[in-house]
Amino acid sequence: MSWTPGDDAIHVVRPPAPGAAGGTYRVFAETLRGLKTTFARVAEGVHTIQYPEQKVPVYPRFRGRHRLHKFEDTGLEKCVGCSLCAAACPADCIRVVAAENTPEHRVSAGERYAAVYEINLSRCIFCGYCEVACPFDAITMGNDYEMSDYQRSDLIFTKEMLLAEPVERTPLRAEGE
Amino acid sequence: MNTLSGPLAEVSYYEPWWIQIIKAIVIFAVILQVQPIIIVGERKGLGRFQGRYGPNRVGPFGLATPLADIIKLATKEQFRPDSSIGWMFALAPVISCVTAIGAIAIIPFGDTQDIFGTPVGLYGIDVSIGPLFVFAMGAVAFYGIMLGGFSSGSKYSFLGSMRAAAQLISYEVSQGLALVGVVMTAQTLSLTEIVHAQQGMWYIVPQFAGFLIFLTASFAETNRAPFDLVEADAELVGGYFTEYGGTRFTAYLFAEYINMCVVSLICVTVFLGGWLLPFGIHPPGWVDPFIVLGKAGLFIFFFIWVRATLPRLRYDQLMSFGWKILLPLATLNTLVTAIIIVATD
Repeated sequence: MSWTPGDDAIHVVRPPAPGAAGGTYRVFAETLRGLKTTFARVAEGVHTIQYPEQKVPVYPRFRGRHRLHKFEDTGLEKCVGCSLCAAACPADCIRVVAAENTPEHRVSAGERYAAVYEINLSRCIFCGYCEVACPFDAITMGNDYEMSDYQRSDLIFTKEMLLAEPVERTPLRAEGE
Repeated sequence: MNTLSGPLAEVSYYEPWWIQIIKAIVIFAVILQVQPIIIVGERKGLGRFQGRYGPNRVGPFGLATPLADIIKLATKEQFRPDSSIGWMFALAPVISCVTAIGAIAIIPFGDTQDIFGTPVGLYGIDVSIGPLFVFAMGAVAFYGIMLGGFSSGSKYSFLGSMRAAAQLISYEVSQGLALVGVVMTAQTLSLTEIVHAQQGMWYIVPQFAGFLIFLTASFAETNRAPFDLVEADAELVGGYFTEYGGTRFTAYLFAEYINMCVVSLICVTVFLGGWLLPFGIHPPGWVDPFIVLGKAGLFIFFFIWVRATLPRLRYDQLMSFGWKILLPLATLNTLVTAIIIVATD
């Protein structure tokens, strides 16, 4: 039961038949058309963004370098050293050592605080699971992506570095842009 | 025009020897200084054709990029493969460079000028065999490429040089035949005389077919895209200069760009009326070289434009195009020109 389609049902696209004069003309015309196409690119101008000077703004939900946060009113750290971010981290790049808050030395709002909080950014895959795991929104993904350094050890970010404002703010896209 | 008679009458030997030396140095210096401009122009031009800036970091607008390139290349280690043939390997780039620069000697940059009471022709030497000299130099230039590829002792280089041999020989035939039409029309082989003969009309008009054939063959002669099968970086790494590095590679690079200059200048001289301007404009004599260089710049821009546009041909396409289309067209052009000249004489 084979179906033989009629001539009208078959869509045929054939290249033009090769021919001496016609072929030569075609090659010539196509060449000129190509030249026109490339020259139109010159007229169109340059699309390059000159990166170190010009930066493309990132989206608000862009996952860049982590930030640790403090309460704005009391100035206490939000992190309570629960290590849930370290447990959630698939790259195993977060190290948290917790210590007890004392009335004389109160660092965070909870019972304990993170005495050591290190993120090894050379291992981090910027998946954002730590942000999701954190019960107090103490760690969020920031917008900075320029983190290259000369030493691997310089890429281990300590708590002070993560708490600090970035030196240069990454341009952020406005709402709806 | 000249004071001698006899077999040397065609040659401008009336100039003192020191003028010859000064001219040689000036032409050599100017042409060599033009190369970095072409190189940076090509890289920036290709960038524009592809919607990007091209090199713009070194110096103002990236104009010092060739300087940085040269410093990088010159400070590189000189190396060669174990299997290479030493003296030949070192000699080949020199041949390429020498022949490319040698061909510039006969390009007329202007008419005979009176400089401080001394008549000076604004050209290296006005030989009576103009185009033949260029083709002779081009033929010797094959050795630079051939020996370079052969003596490298590498298969990519060898393949590249074999391709070069086939390609250059097959396209030189068409290139030569395209010029025959002009030579017949001008009734002379001297390039300055050919320019003088274009006083009324540039040869691009009556010899338009010859012009197109010459231009197309020139792309193959200079190993430029779309005929750069000799280098074919996608399949042959670098072709004949795969094994070259440092200053020897620089020599090949310069030879390629100087060849581009030579072809452009020949094209200007033979088809675009050399230093002549249309509409009866007669600028003072010192403008002539700038006119020639400006016209050559148009061709060099065209070379860059075509490189940005056309993809590289397949080897069999190259051969069939050269032998089946270009050569018959060139022959036909010569025949028709000859018939017209005889008929109107």
